Amino acid sequence: MSDVWLTILLAGAGTYLLRVSFLAFADRLVDLPVLVERILRQIPPAVLAALVVPQLLRPEGTLDFWQPELLAGMIAALVSWRTRNIAATLVVGMAVLVAVEQLV
Amino acid sequence: MASTSIRRTAMRDGVAAAAPMLIGIVPFGLVAGAAPVAAGFGLDEAVGLSVLVFAGASQLAIIDVLSDGGTALIAVVTALTINLRMLLYSASLAPPLAHEPLRRRMAAAYFLVDQAYALSIVRWTGTDDRRARLPFYFSVGILLGTCWLASTVVGALVGSSVPDDVPLEFAIPLVFLVLLVPVLDRRPAVMAAFVGGIGAVAAAELGAARLAILIGGVLGIAAGTVAETFQARSRESEAST
Repeated sequence: MSDVWLTILLAGAGTYLLRVSFLAFADRLVDLPVLVERILRQIPPAVLAALVVPQLLRPEGTLDFWQPELLAGMIAALVSWRTRNIAATLVVGMAVLVAVEQLV
Repeated sequence: MASTSIRRTAMRDGVAAAAPMLIGIVPFGLVAGAAPVAAGFGLDEAVGLSVLVFAGASQLAIIDVLSDGGTALIAVVTALTINLRMLLYSASLAPPLAHEPLRRRMAAAYFLVDQAYALSIVRWTGTDDRRARLPFYFSVGILLGTCWLASTVVGALVGSSVPDDVPLEFAIPLVFLVLLVPVLDRRPAVMAAFVGGIGAVAAAELGAARLAILIGGVLGIAAGTVAETFQARSRESEAST
């Protein structure tokens, strides 16, 4: 087998194991201690912010506070907060980004 | 409501929720298909990556490492490092799916990508019918997975000729942003998000590169947990005085 296929198979198997890890034992995860529930509750806000914020603050791979992605992201956040609507947020966010990139 | 109609509604909701995500996922899939071919790998290997690994950033990293002459071991370790955040997703989705049989949970694990996690956990937090959870999740996962695979194949065959002046990949953080906003309904959650976001930026600035999301996530979880513990204590002491 080629090294490429070996890599694909091992990376695929490993990634699946990461994905199935806790799900496989989910039936034992009922009536969790208060502290564990408290930790699990923080995962969505913490991870979603960790996915979003670097894309807004360092879109080109270095920290930069003066670029269109940050402005577009802040306006999109406002739209998202007011409307809770994915389509509206996407349209406004992309439109602001394209407009600013064209103007500057 | 009868359970078939609950399931049907949940599946329809899943398609509706996942559809906007395709704006960001399709261009990313084109790149995930075009990159291996451009680096001299075959269509079969590009498809193999999308089917078996099914995680864009790590697929691109594997191509990077191998085409730079790195060994299979380095490529695998790099990919798994990037995908470590999926442990957090698995832990977070486990309690809401605890009632499901093992084989369904094992099938669900295959589709556990950023978008399927984010859509599902936001929907399942609050009052929802637990019978509707997996139908929603699977319809999101199957739609995203099919489009991911199809765009990989197209990217591998014709290259990724997405127009440069429409920054479609910006749709990916925007979608996560829409999901983040309603989660910020408690002070500890705001703390978790603040530290998670700033932590990821700081980690990336310090050179953590592909581990930045995981590091930010873990820091944010710790901060949110501490904040909620303090909040609970001060409520207890208020109640006792």
